[in-house]
Amino acid sequence: MRRRQGAFGVAWGLVFAAVVHAEPGVARQEALVRLVRQDCGACHGLSLRGGLGPALTAEALAGKDGEMLAAVITHGRPGTPMPPFAGLLSTEEITWIVERLQEGFPPLSAGSSSP
Amino acid sequence: MSASSAGLSEAQERGTGDLGVVIERASGSVLIVAHTKPEVLARVEGLGDLSHASVVFSRDQRFAYVFGRDGALSKLDLLRPGIAARVQQAGNSIGGAISQDGRLVVAQNYEPGGIKAFSADDLHLVAEVPARPGPNGRAAKVVGLADLPGQRFAYALFETGEICVSDFSVPDAPRTECAPAGRQPYDGLVTPDGHFYLAGLFGEDGVALWDSWHPEAGVQRILEGYGRGEAPLPVYKMPHLRGWAQAGERLFLPAVGRHEVLVVERRDWRELGRVAVAGQPVFVMARPDGREIWVNFAFPDNGRVQVIDAETLTVRDTLEPGRAVLHMEFTPKGDQVWLSCRDDDQIMVYDAMTHREIGRLAARSPSGIFFTYRATRFGM
Repeated sequence: MRRRQGAFGVAWGLVFAAVVHAEPGVARQEALVRLVRQDCGACHGLSLRGGLGPALTAEALAGKDGEMLAAVITHGRPGTPMPPFAGLLSTEEITWIVERLQEGFPPLSAGSSSP
Repeated sequence: MSASSAGLSEAQERGTGDLGVVIERASGSVLIVAHTKPEVLARVEGLGDLSHASVVFSRDQRFAYVFGRDGALSKLDLLRPGIAARVQQAGNSIGGAISQDGRLVVAQNYEPGGIKAFSADDLHLVAEVPARPGPNGRAAKVVGLADLPGQRFAYALFETGEICVSDFSVPDAPRTECAPAGRQPYDGLVTPDGHFYLAGLFGEDGVALWDSWHPEAGVQRILEGYGRGEAPLPVYKMPHLRGWAQAGERLFLPAVGRHEVLVVERRDWRELGRVAVAGQPVFVMARPDGREIWVNFAFPDNGRVQVIDAETLTVRDTLEPGRAVLHMEFTPKGDQVWLSCRDDDQIMVYDAMTHREIGRLAARSPSGIFFTYRATRFGM
């Protein structure tokens, strides 16, 4: 597919790339960072160093299988307070969260709680 | 009067009965607020990780003790805004309480699990009570710490499923007794008279009850039939019991894994009914006159607040104060209610009688709101 060069073409290219890699968009990524830090943080700590739930820092998750971590987020852990997020988060979003957790989760951006 | 009174600053001349603090959870700061007007008086920064932070007040209501998630305990001066004392007392903490006589501030810790008592004056360590180890060999996490009459503190242990009571009558030599309570207690509350301690159980049905008048009776189980045979809904935030709601002879409790508020008869602990609400309740709080019960909710229903009529046990109003309503606090006589809207960076102030907005205050990711009158109450 040929498109005219320019801002319009670049924008479409970005949309296409996002679909290919199935990554959440920038705005959604910010919402996911807020969700993990603020809402998951209720149990895992805002700094993700743990609370009622275990630590989710890169060090704490080192050696843990990404698919297993994704399954925990998707289905929860029966017998513990960890709830399932299937239905609230897409598979792609869960994969994105797991990858970010494994490399060290990004901080809340400045004015983090604003849209 | 002596010359010193002439030297009092304007700040010192102010009373503290209408003051409070608001936790700004993401930025490690707190706001000092006043509810008469209402207004923000000052911001105090440098308090560390304040996710899930909680606050108790000194007996004279001048100082606030802030328990940070990162295990720091800070004493704030409300009249001369700033940190009067600070101690890094644990690796991971969840809250605290202050003794009946106001001399001991006790922190409840996850890591290392146990409680620690500090001098309310300068925060020096007075005593500590490590929790028993759980199945993983590490000291159990302490939840639901509450002050009781007689320099006692009740709390529950998450991994070992016990209710414990530590008596600090001899401050540096506390005596502790524990009794089995049930699987995975997640929070506790003391009734307003300091008589009964209740621990909510995540791992099984029912609520654990301990009678401070009859410790020899051990822990009883109440509401045993609740939830039996029903599949629980996922819980995205553990409910809090600490904001107990007792209205007359009725106690209102958040259900766990059900979008309901439980109504319990206080005399015989029987379930009187359940009120269907808009989500997993987090805080269930009685307006001080007991006529209404206000409820906020866990993610993803945390944009709403519902008001239950304490007499008819029906939802009489549904409010949408903002995004991510994390906490509510009534003024001492309940003319106002303050609501923290984390994702709007705002505190909403409502007339608690008419449910109409009367003001808003800017705050960064606000969570807990605590007014100084808590100093005069058990369990707060």
